[in-house]
Amino acid sequence: MKVFFYNKDNINTDLMFPGKYTYESSDLEFIKEHLFEDLDVNFPKEVQKGDVILAGENFGCGSSREQPAVGLKYVGVKAIIAKSFARIFYRSATNQGLLLIECPEAVDYYKEGFSIEIDERNGNLKIGDKIFQFPPLPKQMREIIESGGLLKNIKKKIS
Amino acid sequence: MGKTFIQKIFENKTGKSVAEEEIVFVEPDYILTHDNTAAIIKKLAQVQEGIRVKYPERLVIILDHIIPAANVASANAHKQIREFVKKQSIEHFYDIGVGICHQVLPEKGLAIPGTIIVGSDSHTCTYGAFGVFSTGIDRTESAGIWITGETWFKIPKSYKINLRGKFRKSVFAKDLILKIIGDLGADGANYKSVEYQGDGIKNLSISDRMTIANMAIEMGAKNSVFPVDDKTERWLYERGIENYQKIRADEDAIYEKEYSYNLDEITPQVAFPHSVDNVKDISEAAGIKVAQCFIGTCTNGRIEDLHIAAKILKGKKVHASTRLLILPASREIYQQAVQDGTLAILNESGAVILPPGCGPCLGAHQGVMADGEVTISTANRNFKGRMGNKNAFIYLASPATVAASAITGKITEPEEL
Repeated sequence: MKVFFYNKDNINTDLMFPGKYTYESSDLEFIKEHLFEDLDVNFPKEVQKGDVILAGENFGCGSSREQPAVGLKYVGVKAIIAKSFARIFYRSATNQGLLLIECPEAVDYYKEGFSIEIDERNGNLKIGDKIFQFPPLPKQMREIIESGGLLKNIKKKIS
Repeated sequence: MGKTFIQKIFENKTGKSVAEEEIVFVEPDYILTHDNTAAIIKKLAQVQEGIRVKYPERLVIILDHIIPAANVASANAHKQIREFVKKQSIEHFYDIGVGICHQVLPEKGLAIPGTIIVGSDSHTCTYGAFGVFSTGIDRTESAGIWITGETWFKIPKSYKINLRGKFRKSVFAKDLILKIIGDLGADGANYKSVEYQGDGIKNLSISDRMTIANMAIEMGAKNSVFPVDDKTERWLYERGIENYQKIRADEDAIYEKEYSYNLDEITPQVAFPHSVDNVKDISEAAGIKVAQCFIGTCTNGRIEDLHIAAKILKGKKVHASTRLLILPASREIYQQAVQDGTLAILNESGAVILPPGCGPCLGAHQGVMADGEVTISTANRNFKGRMGNKNAFIYLASPATVAASAITGKITEPEEL
């Protein structure tokens, strides 16, 4: 598992997926190719299933475009741990079945090379040898994430 | 204990008492989508091929983001949306040229006080100007609501911003909201409902309130809201809306934070690249050379904004070192500006008049900058790459400041002219 540590605040969705591409294609490989283009050009090449992202305050602010969340789920990011999330991105990630953990202390504590273990059921996060607590998800959101996203959750309900 | 606007509007909708932090399910009154409707149609099919929208009368679909189509992909998307609209009998459909969604939805009488509107666009918060709870969602959630008719909300805590006084000459609503965002920060109101209150509101036009509500998202807010007053009622009456609920917070409602602004003390503000909260007094920006000036968007493309620009540009020329783009936010505004001579004044000054849409603001097409160039814009975002080039720079300001800057070719305080 690789950790992508973006130690800054207000990383917006334009940096994560430039607006000029938003109406070009919703093809998943296309989204992956441009994911984080104005933030970290190497991201699409380096990211692998099970990787974790760490960031500062207000991660995902700005536009309601969902390609960042869709793309991060597609490349297999296991969780994003940030000091805080912008609200539309928080919903958007949940709707894609992507796990977000708000835990400022853990982000402050993290140093390169530390291992990260996540126990989302119990709200425990182990960074290196230190354990941090985060509030477990409300039931409605856990159901969506466990179904693998909102549409799969709805599909299950209506069929 | 008194209740906030957000609690009362959700109580009204659910018919039960709601507390802050509680999760409630509601059926939004309208679901707005734009060019991204094409992507939502695909998601619908993922759930079930041929599925019908539950409440077609609640869908509002407005084509505005890439209009007229700039390439084959956007042309195909528009075509697909038009076919979907027919097949699903969507009555509230507005094709290209009607205008920018956040201007058109209120113009068509759909921003009704006391209602709940969601939209797959972050600036859906604009309808707070009319006492509506409105907020942005994503495409996936829009597809979900099309199918089920409902979605969940966590009732946020609220902030109160008291406004008093009146703007002095050459100061506008844009300067106020930039000042507020600069003070609170890009995440200063994250997840919160922001209520504007106070005597100063009566001195703000509906257009001013829309400018302010439009930018709530730029401080992270879930929504912001203005109380319905005589000005709102008159505006709505002119559009044939007379029956609605005026929902107001209780006098003794509890707010997590309170702020106060005296409009008399606000000066022209400029947001520097590359974040909306990087706000400084215009004196610190004076003299910065601009290659492009842009007046328009859902933030500042209304007739009042065009009148301000025309007043400053009348009989003057756009400086040879810069270019001026003017974008009326809707056909209604465009028509008014044609009839009252505003567009003639702007055209004569050397401006390029664009069709009512979103193109330049998000860098989709029209007005893309060259490497190293600077634009001063009336839009709501100045993120790196926002207008299509990450090696360019965007400053945000009021229409007056942008118009004044177009004459001199550098950032200029409107009062100087």
